[in-house]
Amino acid sequence: MEELLDILKELHPDVDFEHCTTLIDDKILDSIDIVSLVAEINDAFDVAVPAEEIVPENFNSAQALWEMIQRLDEA
Amino acid sequence: MKKKLIFTGILWCVILAAALWLLNALFMPKYMSEIPEGALIAEYYNETAGHDVVFIGDCEVYENFSPDVLWREYGITSYIRGSAQQLIWQSYYLMEETLKYETPKVMVFNVLSMQYGEPQSEAYNRLNLDGMRLSPQKLAAVNASMTEEESLLSYLFPLLRYHSRWNELTGEDVEYLFHRDQVSDSGYLMNVEVRPAENVPEGKPLADYQFADICYEYLDKMAELCESHGVELVLVKAPSLYPYWYDEWEAQMEDYAAARGLQYVNCLEIVDEAGLDFRTDTYDHGLHLNLYGAEKLARWFGAWLTQHCPQVEDRRGQEPYETIWAEKSETYAQRKTALEAAWAAEQKEDTPQ
Amino acid sequence: MSFASAQFLCFFAVLFVLYYLIPRRHQWKLLLAGSLFFYFFAGWYCLIYIGVTAVTTWLAAQKVGRLQQEQDAWLKAHRDQMDKEQRKAYKAAGKKVRWRWTLACLLLNFGILAVVKYTDFVLGNVNGVLAAAGSAARLPMADLVLPMGVSFYTFQSMGYLIDVYWGKYPPERSLGKFALFVTFFPQLIQGPISRFSDLSRSLYAEHRWDSRQIAMGGMRVVWGFAKKLIVADRLAIPLRELVSAPEQYTGIYVLAVMFLYAVQLYADFTGGIDITIGVSQMLGVQVTENFERPFFSKNIAEYWRRWHITMGTWFRDYVFYPLSVSKGVLKLHQKARAKLGEPGKRVSVYLCTMLLWFVTGVWHGASWNFIVWGLLNGVVILVSQECEPLYAKFHGRFPGLKGSFGYRLFEVGRTFVLMSSIRVLDVYRDVPLTFKQVGTIFTSFRPSVLWNGSFLELGITGADWMVAFFGTLAMLACSLLGRKEPMREQLVRRNPNLAWGGCAALVVCMVIFGIYGIGFDATQFIYNQF
Repeated sequence: MEELLDILKELHPDVDFEHCTTLIDDKILDSIDIVSLVAEINDAFDVAVPAEEIVPENFNSAQALWEMIQRLDEA
Repeated sequence: MKKKLIFTGILWCVILAAALWLLNALFMPKYMSEIPEGALIAEYYNETAGHDVVFIGDCEVYENFSPDVLWREYGITSYIRGSAQQLIWQSYYLMEETLKYETPKVMVFNVLSMQYGEPQSEAYNRLNLDGMRLSPQKLAAVNASMTEEESLLSYLFPLLRYHSRWNELTGEDVEYLFHRDQVSDSGYLMNVEVRPAENVPEGKPLADYQFADICYEYLDKMAELCESHGVELVLVKAPSLYPYWYDEWEAQMEDYAAARGLQYVNCLEIVDEAGLDFRTDTYDHGLHLNLYGAEKLARWFGAWLTQHCPQVEDRRGQEPYETIWAEKSETYAQRKTALEAAWAAEQKEDTPQ
Repeated sequence: MSFASAQFLCFFAVLFVLYYLIPRRHQWKLLLAGSLFFYFFAGWYCLIYIGVTAVTTWLAAQKVGRLQQEQDAWLKAHRDQMDKEQRKAYKAAGKKVRWRWTLACLLLNFGILAVVKYTDFVLGNVNGVLAAAGSAARLPMADLVLPMGVSFYTFQSMGYLIDVYWGKYPPERSLGKFALFVTFFPQLIQGPISRFSDLSRSLYAEHRWDSRQIAMGGMRVVWGFAKKLIVADRLAIPLRELVSAPEQYTGIYVLAVMFLYAVQLYADFTGGIDITIGVSQMLGVQVTENFERPFFSKNIAEYWRRWHITMGTWFRDYVFYPLSVSKGVLKLHQKARAKLGEPGKRVSVYLCTMLLWFVTGVWHGASWNFIVWGLLNGVVILVSQECEPLYAKFHGRFPGLKGSFGYRLFEVGRTFVLMSSIRVLDVYRDVPLTFKQVGTIFTSFRPSVLWNGSFLELGITGADWMVAFFGTLAMLACSLLGRKEPMREQLVRRNPNLAWGGCAALVVCMVIFGIYGIGFDATQFIYNQF
């Protein structure tokens, strides 16, 4: 989780990722951020996020992202 | 809330319909000071009594026969349902429509429009059809006449056609919103100007002189229609020098009339007999007769009618005709005086001092 | 039949009345029949194309859905006997099988789209190459007829198929219902590209007469027609003239083309979408919004989130994301990062962005104009992305500026000008000509034509220009005032008389000032052919 937050912080240093739950709904992350994020996640956690998982529910908060990563790793 | 929404909606639809109706009246061309031909067809509906003779056809009827002379000199009641470049199917449906209002003794059809086998121009269609009251005949006439770009809808709601006049509207459009002035005398459009015919060109040879089948079809329909109503159909060719009337056309008309047992008069052949002088009796170098020519022709044609169509009565002294025609003659005389004065003034201006 | 025709109005009036008279469970069938009739009107051969797409997509989705079900059931039954790696392997294998069916259907349908849309473009380019090589041989053009709305319904169907493949929702079982999704007539002409999960919620439902919805839909339709008939079609006349003789209209005329076309396209396209959504609303069907006051965007990326939204999200979800997360691209990402360090992170993303805009350009039309147009969009978006740190620095120095009204106005203006300049590629014949024309803005500006009456000789009168001007002003006002809630909603809440009175006035304006009938060419919606 810490690692994920670091990745996010690097993307947008000015956003409070620990508490924000509307990253997509409030257009804080745009599509370029999202694909960068997916690439970083792939590098850091060795988890491939398939295109069908790129939905607002999975990207709206750091928590949701973290849950998705774990779920994908679980299979 | 919802009820109120729908209720106000319906209310505004009614207001909208009223507004559109008014706008329709406003945007219709009025044909008062310009192109009075456009007002001819609608004027028929103002007639209060029947007529024994009804002329149907293009400019060769409404410019060449004077109904007033027919009345004054022969007691013949007549009306001209003519309009500019009236096509034969338009003539047919006008005939049909006329028979809904009255049953004359004789219908006179001018055969020049036999030359047109297909719709010609949107502008003329409008001049000829907009004036008709809404009726099955009007719809049929529109359907038969429309050029490719036209739509029936724009005849039902002329606003759809004339809306682009919004920056051309004038005081005339407001003045004549609900009424029109009478521009004709029993369908005759008076013109007193004189422009002699000189060097009338011979007709150019045509590739095909045969009238189109569709024209014959409508001519047949006219003959049948008249027969079924007990009306005699008389075919005429007015004495206009131009458009050129070819011998081949003449032969076809003579044959047709003979085969159908109809009377056919080619007035080009009686020019001298009627005393027509194309130096003084035409206002546009031979295309149309002026008032003096139209009166001469009417005088000749009245005599012809009394002789060849004895069913046409002399109604002088009969009411209501006497009163009606007295009034008509007065308007006619006044118009003649006014137009002659205007023409004289114009002449004076043109002659160098 | 186009929206602005008597046929469409009659068609819709009949359909609308029947829709609320028949038993509600049959309503969707009536919509299907109506949609097929609407399509038939455009030419019977169109029905074949759309029929093939609807049936093959339905079949493939059925198959993929069944496979998914079987695989899920098998996995559930054997879950305990497998370890994590085995489960992953089984899932991957299952996905591969489903992908085969999906791919076959994608290839078929995009193949049809490619053939009808791009054959002549390819042939033309081959001929160009032949000519350049000195050969006298020329391939004949195929002149294939483009079925109405082919790009829109193909994209909509393929989006559905991919969603089913991804397991986002089970496939629609009824062929009839699915066919309605593909052919739903209000959006056949120019979109939006709906998602099955959105549209299906209200498309098949039973709809009671809802006065409020119907009134609102009706008002929206009137507004849409007004935008199209009064503003868009009026401005189309001088635009046609300006574009048809480019060598004559240079300099400031090109600037005029840019801005006139922006307004014309906006009025035409959003007007058409207003009609689409309004008509659907009158039938109780909710169609996704396609525009969100796009000309108030502060940068190009935002503009593309607010203009033709459904197309943008389609490309994002079905092209950009899958491409960006594909194995090859991720590998590239790692490599670039290893070699170039921090900046290398952006290589793959930027590559995908350019590819996305290339495809978007190709979709818009079979010509180099659109390809260049797409790539330019991509370049501008990436450049502004790269400049982000610069902006941040700038705003760090002038902290009060960012939120101020003046600066926002500047950003909006900048985006509008930038988008308008890119969009000129839509209008001129080919790419070199476009650049040449834009060049003349700088070489021979000649602003005097603005006031010497030259603009009155472009096919419309001064009075017409005034009408277009006030129409544009009205659109702008409505857009500004309807920021939070559409004008019609506000008016109805205050007093229904205001809303209906306004509509009646609009209809009167439309009837009088609309461009239609004899003397005016009936112009088609611009997006129809895309």
